[in-house]
Amino acid sequence: MITQRLLNALGGKILWVAAILLAIAILVPASNLLLPVGHPLRVPNYMVALLGKYLTYAMLALALDLVWGYVGILSLGHGAFFALGGYAMGMYLMRQIGDRGVYANPDLPDFMVFLNWQELPWYWWGFDQAWFAMLMVMLVPGLLAFVFGWFAFRSRVTGVYLSIITQAMTYALMLSFFRNDMGFGGNNGLTDFKDILGYPIQATGTRATLFAITALALAVSLLICSAITRSKLGKVMVAVRDAESRTRFIGYRPEYVKLFAFVVSAVIAGIAGALYVPQVGIINPGEFAPANSIEVVVWTAIGGRGTLFGPIIGAVLVNYAKSWFTAAYPELWLFALGGLFVAVTLFLPRGIVGAIGQLRQYWRSRSARDEGGAPPETPETEQVAAEKTVRARSTAVSPVLGAAKPQPAE
Amino acid sequence: MLAAAFLSMLFSVPAARAQSVEELVRQLPDGSYSERGKVVAQLAASGDVRLVPLLEALAAGELNVVEETGQVVTIAPAGDIVRLTDALTAETAGEASKGAVERIRVNNSLRRAVRAAIGQLTLMSDSAATRRSAAEAMFNTAEPDNLALLDEALAQEEHAGVRRTMEQARAASILKTDASAEQIAEAVDTISARGDRAALGILTAMLGQAGDDVRPAIEDGIEAIERHLALLDVGQNVWYGISLGSVLLLAAIGLAITFGVMGVINMAHGEMVMIGAYTTFVVQNIVRTSFPGLFEWTLAFALPVAFLVTALIGIAIERGIIRWLYGRPLETLLATWGLSLIIQQAVRSIFGASNREVGNPSWMSGSFDFYGIAMTWNRFWIVLFALAVFAILLVVMKRTALGLQMRAVTQNRRMASSMGIRTPWVDALTFGLGSGIAGLAGVALSQIDNVSPNLGQGYIIDSFMVVVFGGVGNLWGTLVGALTLGVVNKFLEPYAGAVLAKILVLVFIILFIQKRPRGLFALKGRAVEA
Repeated sequence: MITQRLLNALGGKILWVAAILLAIAILVPASNLLLPVGHPLRVPNYMVALLGKYLTYAMLALALDLVWGYVGILSLGHGAFFALGGYAMGMYLMRQIGDRGVYANPDLPDFMVFLNWQELPWYWWGFDQAWFAMLMVMLVPGLLAFVFGWFAFRSRVTGVYLSIITQAMTYALMLSFFRNDMGFGGNNGLTDFKDILGYPIQATGTRATLFAITALALAVSLLICSAITRSKLGKVMVAVRDAESRTRFIGYRPEYVKLFAFVVSAVIAGIAGALYVPQVGIINPGEFAPANSIEVVVWTAIGGRGTLFGPIIGAVLVNYAKSWFTAAYPELWLFALGGLFVAVTLFLPRGIVGAIGQLRQYWRSRSARDEGGAPPETPETEQVAAEKTVRARSTAVSPVLGAAKPQPAE
Repeated sequence: MLAAAFLSMLFSVPAARAQSVEELVRQLPDGSYSERGKVVAQLAASGDVRLVPLLEALAAGELNVVEETGQVVTIAPAGDIVRLTDALTAETAGEASKGAVERIRVNNSLRRAVRAAIGQLTLMSDSAATRRSAAEAMFNTAEPDNLALLDEALAQEEHAGVRRTMEQARAASILKTDASAEQIAEAVDTISARGDRAALGILTAMLGQAGDDVRPAIEDGIEAIERHLALLDVGQNVWYGISLGSVLLLAAIGLAITFGVMGVINMAHGEMVMIGAYTTFVVQNIVRTSFPGLFEWTLAFALPVAFLVTALIGIAIERGIIRWLYGRPLETLLATWGLSLIIQQAVRSIFGASNREVGNPSWMSGSFDFYGIAMTWNRFWIVLFALAVFAILLVVMKRTALGLQMRAVTQNRRMASSMGIRTPWVDALTFGLGSGIAGLAGVALSQIDNVSPNLGQGYIIDSFMVVVFGGVGNLWGTLVGALTLGVVNKFLEPYAGAVLAKILVLVFIILFIQKRPRGLFALKGRAVEA
């Protein structure tokens, strides 16, 4: 019975996706480590790192989907949380270098020696401890999201205005991290890592483990998001998205609902960033660039916002396309990406997952019509019920132009 | 031979007054630097205007001596040999092999002496500008020897501005003599009235060696100059701020219109600016190749062309994409962002990724001095242009039928539609107008910024900030927002540095939005609660 309730809370389909991710977490590293080099089924080393990167992006897209797809907050600054998590991890990795840097200084990272700094700034204290760094990975983005959201949501900054100030936030952070005086390596960022938890960071085994951890983290985030969105709070979140004023008049406090989703989302993005850094081997202020955050939005939009596995599909697909294009036709990539933005917003407002759902629904109604008579009265399976809510949501999300009903607060 | 020349110098210098200019010139190449300095001083005393180009050539290190004849010449290389020109008479003096001439060396102290000599010679020139620059040179060297010369020049000077400069030079020279305390106090007054850094330098240097009786006067003078300089600094910052603000205004004003009417932030707005700049580049190239005589007028041709091109592109975007997305402002934001990527890449494919050169017409290059505040002409014209665009737009919004309809749609779309306004048509025209103004901004920005495919991206975030800060539906909000942000930015820069200043401004805007979520000049009424 407990299992049944758990299943209900998490959602059947999501469990399947999580199970697939779990399988990937085991199979990819296993094939990389156990099969001999040259075996047709072996995942090559570079592919492990690449897939790992895609999965951290997927986590970031999932985090954005939680606030955009379910609460209607279009954050154009989610890259900031990702990068902050990444910097926290990067600082830990920098401290792990110890005296193996170019200047062989046991106390200071190379770039500080280069800048003639004498001692470690206070905000670097504690980052030689893994547990502290891991805590900061979640705490720093979470705290920023809390403070930012606290002010923004309480003052009822919504819609385009909110999007613009989140963009201003990540832009300001980018400019700050570019400064050498900030003590985060300036332009070059943090790189040249050696060890993570005592294991050499370049080793195949470490990479495979990192991949497995990333896949697991994605699965766990997926389950958490699923649990949140299927709870009562999740219903209120959707209500806030579709009609914020109405929800407020009923007696809910939309600002707290938004704040909760925003903070959870920022923490997930931070963890994604922390997993991204050791696999890519560098973190620099470019990660804060507003363009990056907007790109995350398009992954989510392409996969399908308001669905939990849409963003994962979107992130992996778009990034795979990016890897392929930038290798094969580098000058065409921006055309393709720009075209995707336009095409998805025009033709696939609910993304790939949403479009598949609509297609299935269309086929089903057609086959029901072909058979003649009323559609068969089947007991409502969980799947159908879920789709019905999706459908109900869809009419609310995309208002018909000129319709007399109140427009949803976007 | 060298020793003989040295000896002759040694004996001839004391009796030099009687020597002719020609003889003095021949003494220039040899001897120690200090002796040659004395020769230069004697040359200056001769008052011979022919010496000015010679001395200038000497200071520039272009003067040579023919080793055999001792003739002082300027040279022009021609293959293995050099062509000679007599430095004094400016007549050709035949040719010589490269080894036969030797450059007359100068050091800094000699160069200073030469400059003072030139100043002395030009003080009596016919042109006021020459006289003024001569007096200026004397002010900077402040040689007591110049006093007699300055007095002489002052006696016959009629131009008031030149007179003032000469008096300042005279005062600076007096400070170097053992004048009485009263004279020094008077001189300090004259110099401190000048109020710039050079005057401050002279007085500060004086303070160290002044006696106790004149010290208070000099200290007062220094204080007065510093006050004046501080004031000028503020003025300069305000000017820089206005200049930056006018650029922001140009970039943001089109955005403000489209945002106001449609509630859509057009992310491709920066690319419209960029297209405007590239249009200028193309127009300028056509003018350069086909009508070189009209080069000065390039910008006048580029303005309407850029407006038309970008307005048409804007209308096409609105009809093709944006009109399908009404009611979904956030998705419009994404679609226009995608468009901006496509436009950028298209321009990169057509024109290349590197910067393109757009020339300034002569009336936009150079700078001028406005009561001690340095202004460049291009910035000045851009400020005027931005204000002109703003004024025209204001008239369009308040006095034309299109403006009336635009305001109606901004305030209440459905009501406007019920009153018979064709809102889709207004939308398209508004978008075209906004884009066209972005194109105009591009023409202006091509004069002060690099014309590259990334031109627009650099401005887009700043323009958002201006619009969000200023508020929607009110052009004045955009004006105040742009100028405020520009001035605040420039005032923070000296204390915080350029990057930190920008960060502070961004943080300020984020905080400001909390206080007034709809900007400085928010629209009131039901339309806001969408």
